[in-house]
Amino acid sequence: MRGATRILARVAAALLIVVGTSAFSAAAEGEGAAHETAAAAPPTPIAGQKSGALSGGTADHSKFKALEGPFADGSEVTKACLTCHTEAGKHVMKSIHWTWDYTNPKTGQKLGKKNVINNFCTNAKGNEGMCAQCHAGYGWKDDTFDFKDETKIDCLVCHDRTATYYKLPNSHGHDACGVMFEGKEPIDFAKVAQHVGLPGRENCGGCHFNGGGGDGVKHGDLDSSLLKAPKTLDVHMSPDGANFACTQCHVSDKHMIAGSRYDMVAKDEKGLPKPGERRDVASCESCHGAKPHPKASLIGLQLDTHAERIACQTCHIPKMARGGVGTMTDWDWATAGRMIDGKGYAEENYTQGDGKERHTYWTIKGSFKWGENLTPTYKWFDGRMLYTTADAKIDDAKLPVAINSVMGSPDEKNARIWPFKEMHTNVPWDPKNKTLVFNHLWGKDDTAFWGNFDIVKSVAAGMKLENRPFSGEVGFLPTVSNWPITHMVAPKGDAVKCAECHTEKSRLAGLPGIWMPGHSTFRWLDILGYLAFAGTLAGILIHTLARIFMRKPTTGEH
Amino acid sequence: MSDATLTAPVGRPTKQTVMIYTRYERFWHWSQAVLIFVLAMSGFGLHGTHGLVPFGLAVKVHSFAAIALIVLWIFTTFWHFTTGQWRQYLPKLSGLPAVIRFYAWGILTGAPHPYTKTLKRKQNALQSLAYLSFMVIIGPALWSSGIVYLTYPWWAHAAIGTIGLPAVAFIHTAAAFLMVTFVMIHVYMTTTGKTPTHYVKTMITGYDTIELTAAEAAYLAEEEREKPRL
Ligand code: HEM
Repeated sequence: MRGATRILARVAAALLIVVGTSAFSAAAEGEGAAHETAAAAPPTPIAGQKSGALSGGTADHSKFKALEGPFADGSEVTKACLTCHTEAGKHVMKSIHWTWDYTNPKTGQKLGKKNVINNFCTNAKGNEGMCAQCHAGYGWKDDTFDFKDETKIDCLVCHDRTATYYKLPNSHGHDACGVMFEGKEPIDFAKVAQHVGLPGRENCGGCHFNGGGGDGVKHGDLDSSLLKAPKTLDVHMSPDGANFACTQCHVSDKHMIAGSRYDMVAKDEKGLPKPGERRDVASCESCHGAKPHPKASLIGLQLDTHAERIACQTCHIPKMARGGVGTMTDWDWATAGRMIDGKGYAEENYTQGDGKERHTYWTIKGSFKWGENLTPTYKWFDGRMLYTTADAKIDDAKLPVAINSVMGSPDEKNARIWPFKEMHTNVPWDPKNKTLVFNHLWGKDDTAFWGNFDIVKSVAAGMKLENRPFSGEVGFLPTVSNWPITHMVAPKGDAVKCAECHTEKSRLAGLPGIWMPGHSTFRWLDILGYLAFAGTLAGILIHTLARIFMRKPTTGEH
Repeated sequence: MSDATLTAPVGRPTKQTVMIYTRYERFWHWSQAVLIFVLAMSGFGLHGTHGLVPFGLAVKVHSFAAIALIVLWIFTTFWHFTTGQWRQYLPKLSGLPAVIRFYAWGILTGAPHPYTKTLKRKQNALQSLAYLSFMVIIGPALWSSGIVYLTYPWWAHAAIGTIGLPAVAFIHTAAAFLMVTFVMIHVYMTTTGKTPTHYVKTMITGYDTIELTAAEAAYLAEEEREKPRL
């Protein structure tokens, strides 16, 4: 971390121009950083990525007449795609990448980026102009967007294999935001259309590495270091390892992609599919089987038994954010809006492993803390997450309030101990009505927080847009969100060692329902045992001394 | 080996050096001693009492030593019953108070040991009671809980939501503490012979000088000539 505080004082609006690109990408899963990635690394796609059964291909898209162009915009390319891929549009429109809407079958909760409030930029709803940069479509800036129009699907963001494609915000932000992406090379749509292919890590990563507003911010196990990871960072994705594209594990059928965080399998007892069968799950077991450790070995047998109660990830991902990119651990919205001489500013007091500086304060967002090589937090997890939704009445007696509660107990057979990244944020809330709030951050109007810096006004606008009651008061609520850790699987030699859990100061200390030799003890049995031990020793010592000092010549037993 | 030569005339008790512990008994005793030492060190290592062995190694050592000990016990139980030596553990309670008095006081003042080792009776009353509790309580509690502990992989799924594992660990740990205490007392007791190392020597060589009745002596002489040594 660099000691000196670098203050970039600027007009609030103007700073959006320069620093805006990455960190501005707002709310939930992965926004806006196709451009950031493109800016950081020269546009060369990573070759040789494996995409499972789909790899190979029999068509050269540069030979198709329909793709000769020229194309005025992305939507025109989509129309061309659909002339051959006649059903793709219907498929995509059912996927969460398009709907941003998801009802969890286990909990009945209405989730998806369209609905949830998280503890990063809190809500995509009402800020689509910015946030929907990461929507797999063109032009979603408000409720008028037509979700039934196939031609508005963005095929290229996922299928571009030139690494030159990027997305822009769908609407203007405050004042100067219009020139935000000035100076970028215009997209050559025909070239991109002729070089489409199966999604690589660059494609998925464009959004998913940048969730929460920038590289590595949100997840702790997903950031740009996975593009060209050394094997020690990720055995699956490393070009020196298996060089998997995301879709090798996140298999898809009709554009429905397996392994959504909204509906997880915490314990996959089916394991390997039968020969010739295909399983549409992204679990470790679907490739490695339910008993993956060395056979005919005592420790292997013990480790397979561990898998009964412990997720693979718990041992095989020893630390989070290991690739030189920091992940955000704390965020305080309460400090947002500070000015120096009437101007917004940013501070960068965190230097991450790869040398890049990260914001520790930014007028539009507040204060941040970062971490790397972090030990995850461990919790029992049965695959259910209960979200604190916008209509939940919040019990603020117990802080921090969980944005998503990890469900599961040791008594459930399908629950296992999983690693999580915890994100701690002071989020704006309505302390009278005791609810989370929708905050209107993005826009050209006089209520958007980014530009006006009046949080009461911006929350009032966000709540009005959603037709939700707002008391008129904004407070700040300590919250925690839980992000399951499942990427950055280390080589097997780097897995968590036995003694990191089987010890007094265990990684799993404090978890209910665990019995781990070396960690768990019956305290009073130990006390009695050690007393018996010490007492016996003392007795022997006294007896020996007595024998030496009192005794006449030996006449022991004959 | 055969210094148990008959020298005294029939009819008078004689003092002779004879084999008290057969080869198998000594083998059993010392291999058990080593295994229990290894098990105690590795067991309390993985329990967290000391940090001399890394956890994974402790588990390996403990598991393999345990399997070896179980095999040894199976053989020994077989041996005890086929040779009838199991009777050695039947305590004669009438002799108990005298032995206890000896260890508490007499040993300090140099009084003679109230018990005389005979060929048929290798153990004094306190010893046989101690060994009996070792053989029927501490030992079985330890190995039966140990075996259940060892087979956890096969009942892990069924044990979810139960206190199965902690209960087994409790019994095993409690018995292990008793075992260690027993062994400490046992080792100390071996220093209470004629010289501090007398008993240990006996257990190593198998021979001790004890009083024989004339009949025993005659029998022994016969035996020595005819019996192949175990
Ligand atoms: C046949 C004999 C034995 C068997 C089958 C056996 C088996 C086991 C097993 C399977 C464990 C659990 C290790 C693990 O976590 O993988 C264990 C733990 C242990 N054993 Fe043994 N063992 C035997 C004898 C002994 C002896 C002789 C001692 C000590 C005198 C001993 C002391 C311990 C202790 C202290 C633990 C740790 C208990 C805990 O913290 O949960 N064991 N044993």
